[in-house]
Amino acid sequence: MPRTLTGLKNNIGTVIGCALILIWCLLPVAWIISLSFKSQESVTNGSPGFFPSGGGGAGWSNYADVLQDDQFRRSIINSIGISLIATILSVTLATLAAYAIARLEFKGKKFVLTTALVIAMFPVVSLVGPLFDMWRTIGIYDTWLGLIIPYMSFTLPLAIWTLSAFFREIPWEMEQAAQVDGATSWQAFRKVIVPLAAPGVFTAAILTFFFAWNDFVFGISLTSTENARPIPAALSFFVGADPFNRPASLLAAGAVVATIPIVVLVLFFQRKIVAGLTAGAVKG
Amino acid sequence: MATIEMKNIVKKYGDGFPAVNDVSIDVADGEFLILVGPSGCGKSTLLRMIVGLEDITSGDMLIGGERVNDLAPRDRNLSMVFQNYALYPHLTVYENIAFPLRLAKWSDQDIDAKVREASKTLDLDEHLERKPANLSGGQRQRVAMGRAIVRDAKAFLFDEPLSNLDAKLRGQMRTEIARLQKKLGITTVYVTHDQTEAMTLGDRVAVMKRGVLQQLATPRELYEQPVNLFVAGFIGSPPMNFLPATVENGQVTLPFGTFPLAADKAAKTEGKGLLMAGIRPEHFEDVSVIEEGKLDSSRTFAAHIDVREWLGDQQYAYVPYEAEAKVQDQLKELARESDSDSLRTQLVVSLDASSNAAEDSDTTLFIDTDQMHLFDPATGDNLTVGL
Repeated sequence: MPRTLTGLKNNIGTVIGCALILIWCLLPVAWIISLSFKSQESVTNGSPGFFPSGGGGAGWSNYADVLQDDQFRRSIINSIGISLIATILSVTLATLAAYAIARLEFKGKKFVLTTALVIAMFPVVSLVGPLFDMWRTIGIYDTWLGLIIPYMSFTLPLAIWTLSAFFREIPWEMEQAAQVDGATSWQAFRKVIVPLAAPGVFTAAILTFFFAWNDFVFGISLTSTENARPIPAALSFFVGADPFNRPASLLAAGAVVATIPIVVLVLFFQRKIVAGLTAGAVKG
Repeated sequence: MATIEMKNIVKKYGDGFPAVNDVSIDVADGEFLILVGPSGCGKSTLLRMIVGLEDITSGDMLIGGERVNDLAPRDRNLSMVFQNYALYPHLTVYENIAFPLRLAKWSDQDIDAKVREASKTLDLDEHLERKPANLSGGQRQRVAMGRAIVRDAKAFLFDEPLSNLDAKLRGQMRTEIARLQKKLGITTVYVTHDQTEAMTLGDRVAVMKRGVLQQLATPRELYEQPVNLFVAGFIGSPPMNFLPATVENGQVTLPFGTFPLAADKAAKTEGKGLLMAGIRPEHFEDVSVIEEGKLDSSRTFAAHIDVREWLGDQQYAYVPYEAEAKVQDQLKELARESDSDSLRTQLVVSLDASSNAAEDSDTTLFIDTDQMHLFDPATGDNLTVGL
């Protein structure tokens, strides 16, 4: 009896704890969604309820407005394109680099790893000024490339560290077996090591994509038109006609739209991020 | 199918320590060669040099008459079974076995035929679509062997393939490997630290210690004519007994008494001071089970049996004795080298199962000094080899 009682107590504790954390995390999100369905007038007049009341509901009209906005549509395309390209490049490079770091003994290995870490710790803001000047001189200011390069350099270290940890977990015999079976180093890498490191590759890809997608500082400083402006920067340009009366509900709808790709991405890839894929490779 | 010739192979690591030192072994076509030794003796390193996973510091490695020192593993056309099997966890059993063929760009039809043939040989038909993670240890072992036999490799290399299996399965797989090798008639090099595997599987056995080849011979020769103390102590279970001995006037003096020694053995060992006598447990017997008239009473002694282990078909008895500190040190060193631990100086004797020798009592034992070997304690060399 006392046992089940403590078990029950533990259960209740877990439930309450989870509920608190969920509320803490999801309340702002829920509020943004609620806001995005309210009309502009009702927000200005003060609409304290969670659900739109007294005819203050706007239905999908905020979303329609946001999506009809040409600048916003362009920024979505920019964000997706820039983030995807940066992610693919960064993960590809990081995979190769991490493999070398995990497997090979070469001079300056420690140096590479520490430099990578230092770069990752570098404050983003301190680089914006020099980059702004450089990009204008070189002529890649306000282009996709101008954003892809800094995104890559800031996500590479993290990707390298994540991936080299994954590669180290893969038994070296796998690769040696492949070589004895007749594989070149490249074939062994592509057919054995990369499939085994897939969870790590996806993890690194998602982290990289998040960074690129969420970045605001580079996005706003290194762009000037819808040529390359990503969503977070574009949202800040949603000022409407009256700068003292910002269209909060439109912004909320924009924010929700900006969040959707991330949610989709996580839902899509969470099944791929299964650890323990190497189970069964060796006697365990 | 090919011969493997190792000529003065040396492997030195960065710190200059020779893991394999000047080893020369010729493996004949179709021969089953065992590399055996305690851990760290360089046997795995030597195997990995054959397959190409380790660089050769100096010496020549010839496979089928062709020097392969500078060839990559994939160009040597050898197949290897790893200690932990190294199966590809993301591929099914079928694809694991097919992997070498896919790399060699075989047609799907040929691959299918070969894989089915291998899986039939190894009794894997019902597991072909499963992933390695869902297989038992013995099944994984068979998949690893399937991957090795599926292509026509010049030789098989095994790196302690059975050490991860439980004892019963190990026995079965040992027979299976022997049968497979006989059937395929392919040159095989097999690394193990298990002397049962070494003695039962191999046509010839190479015993190594600290990177140096000690003796290369048939299992029988290793057992009966060990060239030095290390081989004598390493081969055989329970191990050979080592006793301090001096030979004078055709007689050998052991801690238990003085016994006559064969003339040819005596001639080679007389007057050399303190020697190390090696005699296997089965060369002792309880006097009471020996037929009257067959007993040579000059070669008996009274022994105090400490512990007795009755195994059904035979029994082991332990006879502790006092030895000088110098001898004790050498025995300890010997035990350490062969990965075992000797706590006390004692004689292990194997008695007939019908012997009634009781524990903690005095028994008269017969010692067959004809089977005794005498070793030089300084160099460890067997002075009576071949006699």
